[in-house]
Amino acid sequence: MLLFVEQFLNGLQFGLLLFLLAAGLTLVFGIMDLVNLAHGSFYMLGAYFAATFTALTGSFIGGVVLALAATLLVGMAVEVIAMRRLYRRDHLDHVLATFGLILFFNELVRLIWGPAGMNLTLPSWLNTSVEILPDVQYSMYRLSIIVVALAVAIALYLIVMRTRVGMLIRAGASNREMISALGINIKLLYTFVFGVGAALAGLAGLMQAAILTAQIGMGENILILAFVVIIIGGIGSIRGAFIAAIFVGLIDTVGRAFLPDLLKLALSPAAAATAAPALSSMLIYLVMAIILVVRPAGLFPAPGSR
Amino acid sequence: MTDALLRVDGLTKRFGGVIASEGVALEVANGELHAIIGPNGAGKTTLIGQLTGEIAPDSGRVHFAGQDITTLPTYRRSAIGMARSFQITSLFLDMTVLDNVALAVQAHSGHSFRFWTPARSETRLREPARAALARVGLGDRENVVVRDMSHGEHRQIEIAMALATRPRLLLLDEPMAGMGPEESARLVNLLRELKKEYTILLIEHDMEAVFALADRISVLVYGRVIATGAPATIRVNPEVIQAYLGEQQVAGHG
Amino acid sequence: MMPALTLRNVVVALLLLMLFLVPVYAAVIGNNFVLSLFTRIVILAMAATSLNLIMGYGGMVSFGHAAYLGIGGYVVGILAYEGILSGFLQWPLALLVSALIAFVIGLLSLRTRGVYFIMITLAFAQMIYYVGVSLNRYGADDGLTIYRRSQFGDLINLSNKTVFYYLCLVLLLASIYLVWRLVNSRFGMAIQGARSNDRRMHAIGFPTFRYRLTCFVIAGTICGLAGVLLANHTDFISPAVMHWTRSGDLIVMVVLGGMGSLFGPLIGTVAFLALEEWLSGITEYWQIIFGPLLLAIVLFARGGIDGLLAGIRRD
Repeated sequence: MLLFVEQFLNGLQFGLLLFLLAAGLTLVFGIMDLVNLAHGSFYMLGAYFAATFTALTGSFIGGVVLALAATLLVGMAVEVIAMRRLYRRDHLDHVLATFGLILFFNELVRLIWGPAGMNLTLPSWLNTSVEILPDVQYSMYRLSIIVVALAVAIALYLIVMRTRVGMLIRAGASNREMISALGINIKLLYTFVFGVGAALAGLAGLMQAAILTAQIGMGENILILAFVVIIIGGIGSIRGAFIAAIFVGLIDTVGRAFLPDLLKLALSPAAAATAAPALSSMLIYLVMAIILVVRPAGLFPAPGSR
Repeated sequence: MTDALLRVDGLTKRFGGVIASEGVALEVANGELHAIIGPNGAGKTTLIGQLTGEIAPDSGRVHFAGQDITTLPTYRRSAIGMARSFQITSLFLDMTVLDNVALAVQAHSGHSFRFWTPARSETRLREPARAALARVGLGDRENVVVRDMSHGEHRQIEIAMALATRPRLLLLDEPMAGMGPEESARLVNLLRELKKEYTILLIEHDMEAVFALADRISVLVYGRVIATGAPATIRVNPEVIQAYLGEQQVAGHG
Repeated sequence: MMPALTLRNVVVALLLLMLFLVPVYAAVIGNNFVLSLFTRIVILAMAATSLNLIMGYGGMVSFGHAAYLGIGGYVVGILAYEGILSGFLQWPLALLVSALIAFVIGLLSLRTRGVYFIMITLAFAQMIYYVGVSLNRYGADDGLTIYRRSQFGDLINLSNKTVFYYLCLVLLLASIYLVWRLVNSRFGMAIQGARSNDRRMHAIGFPTFRYRLTCFVIAGTICGLAGVLLANHTDFISPAVMHWTRSGDLIVMVVLGGMGSLFGPLIGTVAFLALEEWLSGITEYWQIIFGPLLLAIVLFARGGIDGLLAGIRRD
């Protein structure tokens, strides 16, 4: 029971991280019809920025705020320099161009910060545990990830559903002609949405960096998971991304936690320990493949999307 | 009528709450040119989709040459002699005209699990394709890439590809869409010729062309066939006049 | 028919001549590295050629093509590890397994279109990648060393690097020839028609799914053979070969050279690996140049190198 609660929360936490990553991806995909493989690079940059700025300012919060601002700026710059030239191209071009960006950012990080990776040290007030249930301790930091990510998710939902900007974003996702017919400065909106998406990815990256480390290529595997999330959730749908992210996070974490015990029934403990993470990773792709076989356009296809 | 080549009974299709076809009944006799007209939003596109197998009806049957084809996939319908043209030009834009039409011939010349012989040197494919092109007046354009041709020529290729499948029924979906008066007139002449050899189901907005060509006309309004008959009777049918006047009024307000 | 003396044909001819002379050059300067590099180029060009068949001609953008490199390699590696060294067993089995897996993946994936197809092929490749990672007995993450290359009795000795290079080159040319025959056959016309306008194909009477699936299987099998060669070349196989970024590399090679052109993938692979060698000679951080270069190619040279040589740009 205790283990289960902890693993459930870990799964929730991972799912929420995935949501932060997927939110920007699905908005950019839905509105600009752009497949952005380099989204994982913002995740990585967020982590490196946070580690650097925290060390520089000596304040965790200060470091995080600066890191978010920096990722936002990098995202907007990338949009202005490269992405906006790609919107009308086909998906293959997107894949290629943003693949090039991944190589660029990985190498840039190696050039600036070196190949070794960086630690993001938590302040002591985060580096504790709290009693969430009688006799159940849980990491304060993971708990705050859950709270922050949930807050961001709610804020994002409110912005997209309740504000004028959100209305434009939704209109853009379902009907690109309409939004330009309204005479909105669409270029600026795109740059803004792209930048915010990058900052959200950066937020996910820096939060993860405190648990693991900031590493080159850290965005690559999780990016693919984020794609799984938006495919399952339906391209362009924030709500779908949220549900799918929690779902994927839980499968991944719970699978990793409980598959070894299940596998031990059939395999040697050592073999089970290696096979379990691989199998639970596979499980997610299996779920996505099944969903696509049954519903070739995802579970909740956005209206008007192709 | 037992010699109907195409018979449609009670075809019904809803999209959510919108009824696109409601109990559509239609018979196209062998050798006839049967036209379908109707105001915008009458459900012509949905009807075509159901005839060609791209849209599955909720209920009703489609019979072709005495065979129930309601659930037959699109490519099988082509195999048994149903050919169509598209309202919005739908060609292989990156290929030459001759390659376009030769593909239509190839589809009806056995399977395509032939991996070795160059298809472009098979006279069995090229000659019938050239004949179809000559038929629509594009005999001298065979090596032009389709993308580089005019809209009017695209419409002609549409028909050539349909002809190249050696069909028993030609399903022409607004073949005159977007054509100038001169091109339209030429196409009317072509259809008049084709009418002698093929059974044709013509969906068309150009009333002049329809009344000049059709043996019989069915009028589709709000997914229902409100009248079927010879052009002369359709022209004076009060319900038809009402439907078209209604459309004009709507258009006037919009 | 005599090929015309165009810039593109001259470049291809020179490239082929160069490929034939590589072992001579390597022997003269006594540098084994060149031979090893070009063996790798030739093998990857074969993989790229197979990807071009589905992507360039068939319009099926598979983002999981590197999986077949791993499948072919792992069949060789696992059999070798279990003491089965005969190439007469290893190779056909590797091709068979590649074909079967391609069949299953294709059967399930080809129902989807566009970006969903890209993503579902990626998902399947990721599954296969994680199978590799979970192969505890065969090195899991760390991979599996292959101590002896495939044995073909007295027929051919793969341990001789020059012999192995020429074998790879012949198989590459055979693959290109095969693709050439395929794309010009009725089958190829059907495949290209389905890329161009699948709806129209159905309307004129083609059941395109079976042709596209067959094409997918052929490409997977050719790439499986490239995997067999790669494992024999490096004497090693690991899941890293199947990482999704390797599939990305293959796409880059095809597009760099020119999609839907016969020698494009070869040109692209040579350019890709030569650039890698050259740039990494200039700076340790060579991808900082290579990445933006890719972006520039997408933005400004969409026909790839082949398109530039032919003087036409695809729009």
